[in-house]
Order: sequence, then structure tokens, then C-alpha cells
Amino acid sequence: MRALVLLLSLWMPAIATAASGSFTLDHAPIDLTDKASLQRGAQVFMNYCSGCHSMQYQRYSRTFEDLGIPEELGSENLQFNGDKPTDYMKRAMPETSAATWFGAAPPDLTLVARVRGADWLYTYLRTFYVDESRPFGVNNKVFPDVGMPHALQPLQGTPRESYEEVMVDGETVKRYVGIQSDGDGALSPDEYDQAVADLVNFLEYTGEPFRLESEKIGKWVLVFIIVLFIFVFLLKKDYWREVH
Amino acid sequence: MNAFLSWIEARIPMMRVANMHAIQYPAPRNMNFWYVFGFLATIVLVNQIITGIWLTMNFVPTSEGAFASVEYIMREIDFGWIIRYMHSTGASAFFIVVYMHMFRGMIYGSYQKPRELLWVFGMFIYLALMAEAFMGYVLPWGQMSYWGAQVIVSLFSAIPVIGPDLVIWIQGDYVISGATLNRFFALHVIALPLVIVILVFLHIIALHEVGSNNPDGVAIKHQKGSLPESEKTPYKIHEYYTDKYDIADDVVPFFPHIVLKDLVAFCVFLFAFCYILFFAPEMGGKFLEHPNFEIANQLKTPEHIFPVWYFTPFYAILKAVPDKLFGVLAMFGAIAALFAMPWIDRGTVKSWRYRCGLHKVNLLLFAVVFIFLGYLGGTPQEAWKIIASQVCTVLYFGFFAALFLYSRNENTKPVPERIPR
Amino acid sequence: MSDVSVDANTSAPGPKGPQNNTRRRFLTVATSVVGGVGIAGAAVPFIASWNPSAKAKAAGADVEVDISAIEPGQLIRVMWRSKPVWIVRRTPQILESLSQHEDKLKDPGSEAQQQPGFAQNQYRSLKEEYLILVGICTHLGCSPQYLKGGAFEEVVQGVPDGFFCPCHGSKFDMAGRVFQSVPAPLNLVVPPYQFVDDVTVIIGSEAQEA
Repeated sequence: MRALVLLLSLWMPAIATAASGSFTLDHAPIDLTDKASLQRGAQVFMNYCSGCHSMQYQRYSRTFEDLGIPEELGSENLQFNGDKPTDYMKRAMPETSAATWFGAAPPDLTLVARVRGADWLYTYLRTFYVDESRPFGVNNKVFPDVGMPHALQPLQGTPRESYEEVMVDGETVKRYVGIQSDGDGALSPDEYDQAVADLVNFLEYTGEPFRLESEKIGKWVLVFIIVLFIFVFLLKKDYWREVH
Repeated sequence: MNAFLSWIEARIPMMRVANMHAIQYPAPRNMNFWYVFGFLATIVLVNQIITGIWLTMNFVPTSEGAFASVEYIMREIDFGWIIRYMHSTGASAFFIVVYMHMFRGMIYGSYQKPRELLWVFGMFIYLALMAEAFMGYVLPWGQMSYWGAQVIVSLFSAIPVIGPDLVIWIQGDYVISGATLNRFFALHVIALPLVIVILVFLHIIALHEVGSNNPDGVAIKHQKGSLPESEKTPYKIHEYYTDKYDIADDVVPFFPHIVLKDLVAFCVFLFAFCYILFFAPEMGGKFLEHPNFEIANQLKTPEHIFPVWYFTPFYAILKAVPDKLFGVLAMFGAIAALFAMPWIDRGTVKSWRYRCGLHKVNLLLFAVVFIFLGYLGGTPQEAWKIIASQVCTVLYFGFFAALFLYSRNENTKPVPERIPR
Repeated sequence: MSDVSVDANTSAPGPKGPQNNTRRRFLTVATSVVGGVGIAGAAVPFIASWNPSAKAKAAGADVEVDISAIEPGQLIRVMWRSKPVWIVRRTPQILESLSQHEDKLKDPGSEAQQQPGFAQNQYRSLKEEYLILVGICTHLGCSPQYLKGGAFEEVVQGVPDGFFCPCHGSKFDMAGRVFQSVPAPLNLVVPPYQFVDDVTVIIGSEAQEA
């Protein structure tokens, strides 16, 4: 037991460094054109996140429309609190009890992908691990001392840090290699990664729901500017030919 | 039609002004790409005013409503996101073109006699623009808005005796609050734009009075009667200029020649602008900073705070000085030194083309130092960066000191009488 | 004022004589046209942004009303697109009286398009019993009062119930039809609506053709 405490305390500096953001983030496989992925992500969000987290700037109706979900189907499967489809996606839990349970109200997630970045979210949701010293029994690699339970545990299963033993200067040292699930979740590790990727994809979408539209318009605008450039350039040359 | 125009003209001198300031305004024919940034700045100013008016239609200037109203504009107004991104991208674009415009003035000596006032008006525009941009950045009421405002307003607390009270007065509260947001909103949408527009007007009037400089720094206006007819410009130039001077065959009319040149540059600029607007409006967190997508929280400071990129060179100077008051003085001194350029430079040759090698090195070093200071002020603090900022701060002021010294007896090349063909 | 010149070309002749003017004219026109298209395109977001926002549209969405609790003769008000909508449960007496004063009305047959097709009848409604109207006077936009149980007699002799606009004295009967010699020109507007079942009505949309 003493050895364990000692080992933990040895690891403390490492965790402290992680706090300053040195933990290497995994690349999130984001694809906003993949509507199936976005739909699955919305489903994960509504089932596992929306109890505590709002999306107070995003309407159900817009989400359904943008993700290609028929409104009736969406209302039946993705709305749990009796809101109208045109309502904002507010959390089910009242503000005050949220603050009481978690110490602070869980943040709104509409724009979380723009604040944190997709890679951070993708890594964060996959690096919870069991830590009995924490109030919720879990800690996180990229967000040390996180004040949130591992909401996706039913999917991932009990996550534990896994180490390998390596020899450093003749001493055996444990080195962190990743998170290993006990396998008691609903999904296999690969399926879990995919579920998280879908969720992050969905969060990326809600951060900037007009992203695809923007790029579609943008292409035409740029083509137009090239055409305008050609004419202006020729006219300019025509006038300046007499000068040089 | 002509009768109607004459009727108008007899009552208000529209065509006379158009001829004097555009169609028959003599512009040096050797103006290169450095000379397009004034035009671009005007375009961006118009963009900011129009998009700003449209944003005001839905923005809610209260601490409770501001953040949500920005998201409302972005998500719920038809094409609201285009208008908002035009404004946010325009803010950064404004500083890019203004910095280029200022550096142009420095390399070609456009601040020298007789253009001192022109330069000073320009510096006042720059100052007003910084205030405008700062207050505008507070309005979305995100984390960076709030804490950036906190840091910048706190600068005034460095002023001896009255500082702390002054900060509270500026804030209208004991912290940055809704009251601060309201007054910044009023200044941002009415007062400062008005000031900027008036200053731009004065800047242009002053420019047209003394005439445009050019990359050779050669005068295009010559003493009346000094040029033979064959050396005068064949273009129709307004008699406002020809009555007083002989205009050499070194000019083109502003319209259409210079306007077309500016429009070519405008297309290139617009391409870059629209690329950012439609494909990368955050510009990697430089134009729209990531923490600013989180609503202002008075209890939680973001991990790293620094001002938006266009302020970071001065912010680095502020941080380089270990003393609070002297740090603030150094920062304002950095801007004041620019104001004093016409008097710091004692040389008579304008363009760096004809000045000593040291001057060219000095100017280029200044540009590098300024950009590097911007990097230092806009990235998380590290030990080496403090020393680097201190070195760069010394180099920054060293530019002005060196210029003051060597410009007195400078070894210059002979300046041609006329713009070289 | 002899130098007043509108045409830029005349003030800027090339030093080497006239240029190839066809080419220049073509380029000038082409550039102006493309530039004009650009300005028009740039104006689109600004014009479109004045459309009702998603919020306004959500607020203007269909309203579902439970009408089971309305007493005979009672009027309830609901909001639809920020406008008051009246739902009146008309008694048999009221329905009977509708045909008795048609000589005093401006448009007894509801010829003017102030109602969806289904309501162009004497009752101006889908179901005779329920009158559904936008409660805004067609004169200048005030909301008329509901005078019932004989109170309307004071305004129009022999008509016991009706709507009276306090602003300029316009009068409407229990089908929202306007009386003669009042300022309001048209009958009150009947909004589109449909019954989901006997006690639920949706205001804002008509039933799709079966």
C-alpha cells in the first residue's frame, strides 16, 4: 500500500505537466459531410450528455434539418423532455440542482468544439480512468481533477490506466501506455472510439452549423473574384500601356 | 442631362471636387504596390461601418444578452454569420493594411517635410482605430473579451495617484461589468467611428494639399515656369494644381489609372479576405480567439490571456519592463515615438532607395523586431521570451535613436530631379 | 465651369494619341458588369438578414389549442405570430342570428379574400360552432372588444352580440363580418387552421388535401 502511494506521488509531477497541456492529443477523425456519423453523434449526445449539458444556442429543428433527420423521427427518438422541435436544446436538469451536484453548473456545449478543439474533445472523452481519490471515482488525462463523472462509462466499460514495465538506468519503471477498459461496457474499444468520434463530429457541427454552407458559398465567391480580377487586370493594363 | 448637371454644379461643386480630388488629381506614375494600402484601408473602413450597422440591428449590449445575441446573429439570422465574419475578419484586415500603409510611409519617407501633419493625422487614425478595435473586442462578452478588457483597463491603474480611481471610473463599476459594456458599445458604434471618419477626411485633404509621395521621393510639382512645355504632363490636370505649379510628365490622373491599379490590388486582397471569411474565420485562433467562444466568467481566468494579435507587439513591450508604471510608459512611448517620426528623422532624402545602407538595415530590422514582438506578446509566457522581449524592446527604441543620430549627417545617394524612366 | 467633365476618357487622353477604343470600351463595360454583379451579390446577405429570423419563425410556428374547456358563448385568446387570435364557441342562438342582419353588412358573402377557402361561408368557419379570427381590426390595427349577451345592442340595434373596436368605432358581427358605415373596410381575418380532433385545433396551417 505504501508502495502504491509512493508510486502515485512519483507520478504526481507527470500529471501536473499534463495540466499545462503537454499531453499529446489524438487526431479526431472529423467529417461534417458524414450525416450518418453526425446522427449517431447526436444520439450519443442526447442519451449521455443532454441530461446535464445544454445546447442553448442550437434548436432541435435545425439539428434535425441539417442532419437529415425527419422531424417526427427526431422528436420521438432524440427529444426526451417534452420540448417542441423549435425549442433550444436545453438540459433536462434544473440549473440549481446542477450546480449543487457538481459544484458548478455543467457548461453549455454548443460551442465547446470551438473553445477546446475537436482533438482535445476526442482525447478527453477517451482518457477517463478509475481514480478512487476523486469525488466521482474517475480522473482524466487531459483534464486533471475533472469535476465530471465518466458519463460514457456504460459504453466504454470501467477504464483503467495501463502501464508497461521498462528498464531505465537499471531500474524497473512503469510507463503509461494508455487506457484499457475492463470490457464491461456495451462497446468494444474500436466501437467506443467510433462513438466518441461521432459525438465529437456532432459537437464540431453544433459549434458552427453553417460550416458546409460557408464553404459551398465560399468556393463560388472565390471563383467570382478570379473572374473580376481578370477583367480589372486587363482594363488596368490597357490604361497603363500608354504610360510605360 | 448636361443641363441638370450644370444646374447642380452651380449650386454645389460636385464635379469640381471630383475632378480636383480624383479625375484630375496628379498621382506619381511610379507608385508601386506599397501604395495600394490606403485605398484598401478605406474599403475596409466602409466594410466595417456597413457590417457594423447591420450587427447593431441584432446585438444586445448587456452583459446578460451580448454573448447570446452574437450567437443569435450567427445562427438564427439569414446570412448573419457572413455579416459577423465580415466584421471580425475586417477588424484584423484593417490592422494588416494599416501596418503595411504605415511601413510604406516609413520606407519612402512619406512623413518628412511637407507631410508631417499628414503623418500625424494618420497616427491619430491609428490610435482611434486601436481604441475602436479594443472596445469592439469587448462586445461579444466572451472570456477573452472580458479578461482582455480587464488587463487593458488595469493599465490605467499604473498612473500615479489617480490611477485606481480612474480605472473604476472607466469601468463604471468595481470590475468590468455590464456598465462597462454599455459605454464601450456607445463609443464603439457611434463616437469612435465618427472620429475615425473625420480623421480620414482630414488625412485625405492633407494628402491632396501636399500631394502624394512616391517610391523615389521625387517631387512631381515643380516651381511655376521652371519646366519647358515638353516636360509637362500631357494629361488634363486640375487647375488647382497647375495654377500654382508646373506638373511634370511624371504623373497619371488618379482616375482611372490609380483607381484601376488599386482595384487590381483590391481583387487580390478580396480573394484572401474571402478565403479567410468562408474557410478559416478563426484564422487558427488569431482573428477569433478560442476562449472567446466561452461566455465571460468573472470567477475564472483563461489559462493564457493576451490581447488580439494587432496589439501584441505593444503588449510584449509592456511585459518586458519589470516595473508596472514604466512598463505602461514604455508601451505608450512606443506609439509616441511613431508620432514623432517626422522630427526624429532629420534627413532630407525621403526614399530609402537613396539613403544610406544603415537606414535600410535599420528599417528592415525594425519590421522584424515589430513582428517578433508580436509573436512574443501573443504566445504563452516562457522564461526566454522575457529576455527576448527586453532585447526587442531595446531594438525597437534603438531604431528611433539610431535614426535620429545617423540622419543628421547621412551619406546619401543623389536624388534624381525627375522620376527615373 | 468649362472644365466640367463627366467622361473620364476625355480628361485622360493617352500621351501617344487615342488608344484602341473598342477594346477599352469592351473591357470597361465587362468590368462594370462583373463588378455590378459582385455588388449585387454582396448586398444579398444584408437584404436577407432582414427576413424573419429562426427565432421569429419559431415564435410564428403553428399553435395547438385545446378548446374542450370553452363554455358556450365564451371567447378565449391565444397568441399566434404575436397576434391575438380569438376562439369563440358560438351558441345556437348566435348562429341563428347571423342571417338576420346581412342587409346591414358590407360583405355578407365574404367575397374579399379575408379567409381561407374553407371559411368562405356564412359562418366563416370550418365548424359552425367555433369561430376563429385574428383579433385585429382591419381599419388601423386595434383589437376590438367582444360585446355579448345584448351588450352589442347599444352599438347596432337588433344585434345582441358582436365586436366593437374602441379606437374608431368599427363594428363586426359574430362571424367577424364588418357592418356598413364604419371605418373598417374589410371583414376580420380568419387565420388558416385545422382540427386535429374534436377538442384540438392547430392555428397556422390548413389540413392537407386528402
